[in-house]
Amino acid sequence: MNLQWMAWTLPTAIFFGVIASLLVLFTILAIRYPETPRTGILRIETTRGDRLFITLLGSAFINAGWLALTGLPQWWALGICAVYAAAVFRWV
Amino acid sequence: MDKVQNNRAWFLVLPVLVLVAFSAVIPLMTVVNYSLQDTFGNNVFFWEGLGWFEDVLTSSRVHAAFGRQLAFSAIILAIQIPLGIAIALCMPKRGVWASVCLVLMALPLLIPWNVVGTIWQILGRTDIGLLGYALEGLGITWNYARNPVHAWITVVVMDVWHWTSLVALLAYAGLQSIPQAYYQAAKIDQASRWKVFRYIELPKMQGVLLIAILLRFMDSFMIYTEPFVVTGGGPGSSTSFLSIDLVKTALGQFDLGPAAAFSIMYFLVILLVSWVFYTVMTNLDKAEGR
Repeated sequence: MNLQWMAWTLPTAIFFGVIASLLVLFTILAIRYPETPRTGILRIETTRGDRLFITLLGSAFINAGWLALTGLPQWWALGICAVYAAAVFRWV
Repeated sequence: MDKVQNNRAWFLVLPVLVLVAFSAVIPLMTVVNYSLQDTFGNNVFFWEGLGWFEDVLTSSRVHAAFGRQLAFSAIILAIQIPLGIAIALCMPKRGVWASVCLVLMALPLLIPWNVVGTIWQILGRTDIGLLGYALEGLGITWNYARNPVHAWITVVVMDVWHWTSLVALLAYAGLQSIPQAYYQAAKIDQASRWKVFRYIELPKMQGVLLIAILLRFMDSFMIYTEPFVVTGGGPGSSTSFLSIDLVKTALGQFDLGPAAAFSIMYFLVILLVSWVFYTVMTNLDKAEGR
């Protein structure tokens, strides 16, 4: 299969690989350990999948904001994202 | 909500996932790949890193288009939602006239975007268009091709003409589902017309109105064809909304990298707004115990 038209690069392949494995991991978790939705500080019911979505979407905006507003290395934004992810999974 | 969910049901969604992968996920992945590279054609790409994203996020042109887009969506929502509710309240509840009204209201919704654009483009012309000619007769030199205010008014009125019916029909459906007992109770309490609207009709319409707001927001936020046909994004760039600006970048200038970065940011904003609406709606449903 010729995928040249998709213009793949190693970084984007890793990026999508990580997201795909996260989805697979959370699917397996959801099947192995079914859960009941809980209500956190946002006052909305969330499951693990919802919290993953909030984490990924929020991380995208954190990275965009970091890029737009600071001139600092992009890796640091990833650190903020990790803190944000932990917060989302703990309190949301 | 103490019932354990059976997540195995998700496997039933698999066929849809495959279809969506073909129509949306794979193209989106390609856009992500493009957004980090530069090309001069011939399928040859050069690594660019986050440069395009930085350009897009700090570009005054993109900021201006985003501002115009927000203004446009806000204006049409502020007009269409109250107007739609008002029309729904005035529509007959049953009988032949109810059907006539429904059919008439549905008509603008059936007309394709580019035809709507053409209709209004001709209507606004002073030489052959009824609207432009009439305004000229009133002493207003109407020119949507040269005057930004006229262009905006034309585009907004066109959208209101095209889509207010949708809001009205949804609100009408919401109104029809209110049981008569509520009105009877209000009558016994001698509630005023305003109180009936405020405490019975509006709360009962909440669900459909949220859907109406979501649909109208999404549709207006992605609007392309109508303003493109009428004004082409002009005069200057005064009606270049996000999608028009995006197409100019991608196909007009053939800047695939910046356009890809632009589309990803556009997509993220839409994803965020849809998620907020979806969450509010589902929580509303749960709160009402539906």
